[in-house]
Amino acid sequence: MSTESLLDGWKPTAPGDVTPREESKMEGSPVRIEGVRAAAAPGTASVRNKVELKDVSFYYGDFKALDDITLDVPENQVTALIGPSGCGKSTVLRLINRMHEEIGHTRVEGQVLLDGRDIHDRDVDVVELRSRVGEIFQKPNPFPKSIYDNIAYGPRLMGVRKKDELDDIVERSLVQAALWKEVKNKLGNSAMDLSGGQQQRLCIARTLAVQPEVILMDEPCSALDPVATQQIEDTIEVLKEDYTIIIVTHNMQQAARISQFTGFMLVQETGEPGRLVEYGATSKIFTMPDREETENYITGRFG
Amino acid sequence: MDSRQQQAAAGAGTGGSVPRGRGPSAPKGHRRQYRSQKIAHAVLALFALVSVGPVVAIIAYLFYKGGSAMSWEFLTAMPSKGMKAGGIFPAIVGTFWLILGTVIFAVPVGTLAAIYLTEYARQGRLTRIIRLAIANMAGVPSIVYGLFGLGLFVLLMGLGTSILSGSLTLGILVLPVVITAAEEALTAVPQSFRQASLALGATRWQTIRKVVLPNSISGIITGTVLAVGRAAGETAAIMFTVAAFFLPALPDSPFSQAMALPYHLYTVSTQVPGMPEEMKWGTALVLLLLVLSFTLSAALVRLRFRRKKRW
Repeated sequence: MSTESLLDGWKPTAPGDVTPREESKMEGSPVRIEGVRAAAAPGTASVRNKVELKDVSFYYGDFKALDDITLDVPENQVTALIGPSGCGKSTVLRLINRMHEEIGHTRVEGQVLLDGRDIHDRDVDVVELRSRVGEIFQKPNPFPKSIYDNIAYGPRLMGVRKKDELDDIVERSLVQAALWKEVKNKLGNSAMDLSGGQQQRLCIARTLAVQPEVILMDEPCSALDPVATQQIEDTIEVLKEDYTIIIVTHNMQQAARISQFTGFMLVQETGEPGRLVEYGATSKIFTMPDREETENYITGRFG
Repeated sequence: MDSRQQQAAAGAGTGGSVPRGRGPSAPKGHRRQYRSQKIAHAVLALFALVSVGPVVAIIAYLFYKGGSAMSWEFLTAMPSKGMKAGGIFPAIVGTFWLILGTVIFAVPVGTLAAIYLTEYARQGRLTRIIRLAIANMAGVPSIVYGLFGLGLFVLLMGLGTSILSGSLTLGILVLPVVITAAEEALTAVPQSFRQASLALGATRWQTIRKVVLPNSISGIITGTVLAVGRAAGETAAIMFTVAAFFLPALPDSPFSQAMALPYHLYTVSTQVPGMPEEMKWGTALVLLLLVLSFTLSAALVRLRFRRKKRW
């Protein structure tokens, strides 16, 4: 089976963003083809790539943190990034909403495409980008405001002022994040009074309120207990119907449970940049990975 | 529960807050450790008391010497008989206007400067130089500010000896206090709040206005009030820029001269022969109480916000 025929399954559905030049590049990258096969595997013509990283390298000052990452993130699926600490998983996330720019002294090479458009282009408005690509952080970080004001924060930024319109958004977002039942009678209470798991679902609702297309999650459950983790995972399961989700996790069972695609990242030697070792359908990565490093990590031999 | 924990619990039960002797089972070395700890406690407590001693002594002494001058008339009447009788009302009013002018000038400038330094400027050589300059400003003697104000505001800018000149001079004088306090308050706002806001598509300015400032306002207010206390007590800086020995009427515009408490105290103590003792001390007492009230309200504001704060 040639690479070409594999590509055929999904390429036509991409909205004209795959140029012949890029196509030939794909063939040159074995890791990339893993991703392609995975994306094609569900067999539906509707799978298209929402986010694409093409030969992305990233530097903090002089330190190269990521090397040549190429990764396709299919739309309305959950894509997990796994790997040992410090391998650059979170850095990959930050490149997708350009939060790395808040650190300063960073440099990006290669392309990060959202719907085929390079988001690092100078004329891309970072504020607009971030309203399309939301992020859930490792530690729940609600604002010290009321539950209502937390959710309404984003819409208000965008100029929504009408009370009933905001009410609608708040309710809808909280329902989507599976928090509505617990908080509907205390929307005026401080978000700080919620439990950790509730706070994290509040943060999810807050992100949903700005109606993003992609949601980045950076180990969203690492500070939560198993029950709260379960609730978040259930929420993610529902959200993927409407959103493209990229989740970084330390927890391999979690990646296996919730994601359709998994990328394994690794720093081979200390001081080297992080690389994407293998990327493909979660079922394949966890049952018959192509690379030995992936298998070692998955079977718990290191990391 | 081993025997040692039991003893500790028993000790707590009998109300002993300091760990006492550990009983016969405790090794000798431990007993010596606890003894040296007790000595350290005692010495540290002593020095803490010594450092508050002078403040208490000064307040007590001022009440003792000047308390008898305190009366409604003293606070609300114009001075008469060459300051030797009547009250200090115009000095209180003058100080009030100076404080107001100082706040109007120093708080916006200081806060905006602090916002720039913490939120916008790339931390590098420029910010280091600015911070160094601010630190140095705090160390400049106030008489130098007075002369600077005289040269720049009174003479060069032609504002004359006026409340405006005095407020601007005091404003510059307290700027380091305001900036430093505001910077501290801003950096105390967790980075995760800023990240959350930016990730929701807020601009930097929106993030500052809606998240950073509301959560640092208590620190900024505290710094402001402390600065006000400093300005209220300042003498040298207003000597050439605003203060008058005696004015028959209250100031009626920012361009008026004014009397002020610290300068009034200075002149009646040094320039008025035969000034009644208790009036001098009474003036000092009013000034001190004014400054203390500012400091106290700063502490209260801080306390109130801290109780509400949960991060």
